[in-house]
Amino acid sequence: MSIFVNGNTRLLVQGITGREGSFHARQMLEYGTNVVAGVTPGKGGQQFEGKVPVFNTVAQAVQTTEANTTVIYVPPMAAAAAIVEAADAGIPLIVCITEGIPVMHMSRTMPFVRSRGVRLIGPNCPGLITPGAKGKVGIIPGNICSAGRVGLVSRSGTLTYEVVNHLTRAGIGQSTCVGIGGDPIIGTNFIDCLRAFQEDPGTDAIVLIGEIGGTDEQNAAQFVKTRVTKPVVGFIAGQTAPKGRRMGHAGAIISGSSGTAEEKLAAFEAAGIGVMRRPADVVDLVRKRL
Amino acid sequence: MNIHEYQARALLKAQGISVLDGDVASTPTEAEAIARRLGGPVVIKAQVHAGGRGKAGGVRLAKNPSEALDHAAEILGMQIKGLTVQKVLVVPAAEIASESYVGLIMDRETQRPVFMVSSAGGIDIEDVAAKNPEKIMRLPVDPTYGLFPHQALALAFSLYQDFAQVKAAAKIMEQLYAGFVANGASLAEINPLVTTPDGRVLALDAKVVIDDNELFWRPDLGLLRDDTAEEPSEAAARRANLSFIKLDGDVGCVVNGAGLAMATMDLVKYYGGAPANFLDIGGSSSPEKVINALKIITADPHVKAILFNIFGGITRTDDVANGIVAATRQFKVSVPIVIRLTGTNEAEAIRILNAVGMTALSDMDEAVERVVKLAREAA
Repeated sequence: MSIFVNGNTRLLVQGITGREGSFHARQMLEYGTNVVAGVTPGKGGQQFEGKVPVFNTVAQAVQTTEANTTVIYVPPMAAAAAIVEAADAGIPLIVCITEGIPVMHMSRTMPFVRSRGVRLIGPNCPGLITPGAKGKVGIIPGNICSAGRVGLVSRSGTLTYEVVNHLTRAGIGQSTCVGIGGDPIIGTNFIDCLRAFQEDPGTDAIVLIGEIGGTDEQNAAQFVKTRVTKPVVGFIAGQTAPKGRRMGHAGAIISGSSGTAEEKLAAFEAAGIGVMRRPADVVDLVRKRL
Repeated sequence: MNIHEYQARALLKAQGISVLDGDVASTPTEAEAIARRLGGPVVIKAQVHAGGRGKAGGVRLAKNPSEALDHAAEILGMQIKGLTVQKVLVVPAAEIASESYVGLIMDRETQRPVFMVSSAGGIDIEDVAAKNPEKIMRLPVDPTYGLFPHQALALAFSLYQDFAQVKAAAKIMEQLYAGFVANGASLAEINPLVTTPDGRVLALDAKVVIDDNELFWRPDLGLLRDDTAEEPSEAAARRANLSFIKLDGDVGCVVNGAGLAMATMDLVKYYGGAPANFLDIGGSSSPEKVINALKIITADPHVKAILFNIFGGITRTDDVANGIVAATRQFKVSVPIVIRLTGTNEAEAIRILNAVGMTALSDMDEAVERVVKLAREAA
């Protein structure tokens, strides 16, 4: 079992003929993911890799292939419009990989996404992967993951790979790994993922990887305290980050004195979350709690 | 992207907001001429991207044009928090009856632009927010509709009793919102918004921060950037498309991915070292990026050792290895380099490095421990 992506996932790739989209669509196909359609306006009627039909619009793709998940590799200026198109077509799970979408676009997009009752993961995220169902939606390298019963949720990309790699090498497999994205406005937050992992019978423990900036980790800690019975371990990146500077991710910034690593780690400890002092600690902390 | 006060004033003025007359000067004689044109006492204000300008002596009152000349001469060239003052703003010294705070920020929790308005003005709003949150009126705006007239009025009523002033302030709220949207801002602030003894409502100081993600398709906004107001190494990194922040330590860090870059800095500290920088070479690597990264890091004389920490996903580790080899051929790197790489095309990367007598580690902890030790030995 898993969250959000499973054996029933029928994946659409928006931007499938672009440089990023085609590269990652190929990787997802190789991993064994059920890629049923692609969309690139103006390229409808083509076949991607000789087997995936390309459509002009998301609505046509959904009507023809019954796609129920979409992943977006569309340049920043068109990405919010691509999210809106997918939501308008009623796709229940939309994953947006694109980095660099203006925050005002996302502020305008989120109310529409909510009004359609669909879930957005990202933007500016690596997507998610369910190794047990060969479901790779995004860019997380498949070869570092292994099927198992630990759920992982993170705001980052390569730091997630680092932690997953430690787990896999130690023989600890994952139910689902989700990257929720490093932007200030994202569709799915830590709490949404914690709730899903708590309800998922295939997940026994949860790894939460946060970073400086905002209050999502603090809110997550509060949620863990009151609503999560499964063991949780957590990490916060940016303990050495200076205040007031954007650390790569648009959302990774300490404003004034709020959003610091200390504040978040204290919230973790108060909620009984096992605190990782470094990525490699994940193995021992998870083992102790399984 | 931060812009200067005089630029922020111009953006607000373009929306119709009343700001004090005044102009920007790069030389003392220009400042004197502006003061003469304005007549009466003026305030000379340093234009730097740093708070606490007043405390640093960067804001002075001048009674006449010759004092304006003297003060401008002192302020121009002054260092404030490590930044050199290149320009001053010269404005009339306004007579003030009251001061308020008006801010508009993109809020993460509500995912909307949120107004923050307080009659406790001219102060640090974060202080007020922490100690007396009840003194701030917060109002999220639905970006689908924009700021409604009744919302603008409610904000204004929280500041003033006089209805003429309320109407003037409500109009400023609407204009500030319009300016926020038109300029892709993540923050727009009037601090203070003042009333004069004759009853006018004026913006005395303005601050605007522009969302970096807007710059790609808004080259007009990019023109507002002042390269000289940044740390030179950071400006160079930005031109090379690298996300870089200079820090005080001696271990240079080259990492792919922002989260891993922060975790690497943290691990350097964990093992007793101090990171010299944050640097994310980004997802799609090229040897060129690695060369630029090494140039920027080795230009810092405090750097005693350099760590590469690359987890290949989209980033191809062989691209990074080629970049390291090419860079060391182009220029001499006189400090030790420790390389950790794993993931995509790892075997090829190791072959490339071995061919020139370099080695790579696959474990992050081992690499960080080693680079910290090397930096300590060199110090």
